[in-house]
Amino acid sequence: MNRAWSFYGQGFPYLEAGSWPGRLIALEGADGAGRSTQIAMLTDWLERHRHPVLVTGLRRSALVGKLIARAKLGNRLGRRTRSLLYATDLADQLENQVIPALRAGFVVLADRYIFSAMARDLARGAEPAWLEQLYGFALKPDLIIYLQTTPRERLARALAKSSTLDYWESGLDLGLADDRVASHLAYQSLLQEHLDRMADLCGFVTVDASAPKKEIHEQVRSAVEPVLEGGGALAGS
Amino acid sequence: MAFLETAHPYPGRLIIVEGCDGSGKSTQLALLKRWLEAMGYPVFFTEWNSSDLIKEATKKAKKAKALTPTTFSLLHACDFADRFETQMLPHLQAGYLVLADRYVYTALARDVVRGCHPDWVRNTYRFAVRPDLAFYFSAPLEVSLMRILAGRPELKYHEAGMDLGLSPDPAESFRLFQGLIKEQYDAMAGPLGLITMDATRPVQDQQAEMRAVVAQMLTGYEPAPTAALGTARPTAAVADEGVTG
Repeated sequence: MNRAWSFYGQGFPYLEAGSWPGRLIALEGADGAGRSTQIAMLTDWLERHRHPVLVTGLRRSALVGKLIARAKLGNRLGRRTRSLLYATDLADQLENQVIPALRAGFVVLADRYIFSAMARDLARGAEPAWLEQLYGFALKPDLIIYLQTTPRERLARALAKSSTLDYWESGLDLGLADDRVASHLAYQSLLQEHLDRMADLCGFVTVDASAPKKEIHEQVRSAVEPVLEGGGALAGS
Repeated sequence: MAFLETAHPYPGRLIIVEGCDGSGKSTQLALLKRWLEAMGYPVFFTEWNSSDLIKEATKKAKKAKALTPTTFSLLHACDFADRFETQMLPHLQAGYLVLADRYVYTALARDVVRGCHPDWVRNTYRFAVRPDLAFYFSAPLEVSLMRILAGRPELKYHEAGMDLGLSPDPAESFRLFQGLIKEQYDAMAGPLGLITMDATRPVQDQQAEMRAVVAQMLTGYEPAPTAALGTARPTAAVADEGVTG
């Protein structure tokens, strides 16, 4: 069943409105919430059920993906520039990959979407109204799954993944605490507050990500199935 | 059309020029810069699309014709934001005269012509500060077209607005594109407080007028301490000084 497209704001005014057979499913959740694992399991399940899948995510655009990665290594990036670069990255992916894939009937899985990017900018003092309108080009997903974890769990997972806590994921640029771990916890709590608020406002399907990964996958699948049938969780919203 | 309505609180001053290609705005800003520097003012100059961080990506994407109206707009906003955050704002805070060849109004005109929503573009640039002086160099379309088309017949793809599909002929596309941009400038000049300059007048006359306006704006301006810059303390701005002075 085709879906009419819908945007959070002005969308892409120069594109002809239309409908498409594909579905856009976003997975949100702070760093270390197990998103990649769930994306892999969901992709596997979808492909076994003959759905073509495209996975997108932050910093994966041809236009500025590498530029952002490079700029993050230094201390070169101002906050406003950083916000705009992430928006550019997402817009490029939407127009050049996501929309064509949706038209072709793909299930597009977004490994983080605008909400994670907005949460990080909000934690750095960006004005909510500015961000909301900036991301007005973003397509409304058919489903947003929110993998919710506590800051403590994310700290443990971050350390399990890499022996050093990442500078940005610890919010060290914010000067929240002198101590790296204290900064990580404080920053991740801030992100969580913002994501929790967006979850209510934008109708996320919240999944407790502290459960075993198979259980999480079951919950993710039961949220995805009705969307594939036609009546998505966000239909009519 | 509410946009950048509040004056900035910084000790520096921001002077910007806008106008169609071939309006002579860069020439006028260069002459103004020399005059200000000769008087010993601390000056910082910046131009559109020149961020070290972003400009390579923009160049590459333009060459590959990989930009849509939205990404064209956003990438230029990134370039502006980078220069604004790391250069223009610090210089304003430190008390410099910041001169910008093209400012946010360029994006407002071009991106809207390319099909972006005007509210969306204005929102993107809402973090910028209101210039202390914004000069819009306005000339009849035929005049600026003649200046550009006579001197530089090789028009670049985006410069000619070829991405809009107005005409397959670059020169014709350039004409139509510049006409649409001029309409945008003309419409915003009044509401947004741009000073419209008659760009058909002799260069010297325009410069004299510009200097008079700038001299008046500089009353009350306390420049950044210039001893460290190795220049003399500024003398009072003299508006009627010749172009070569």
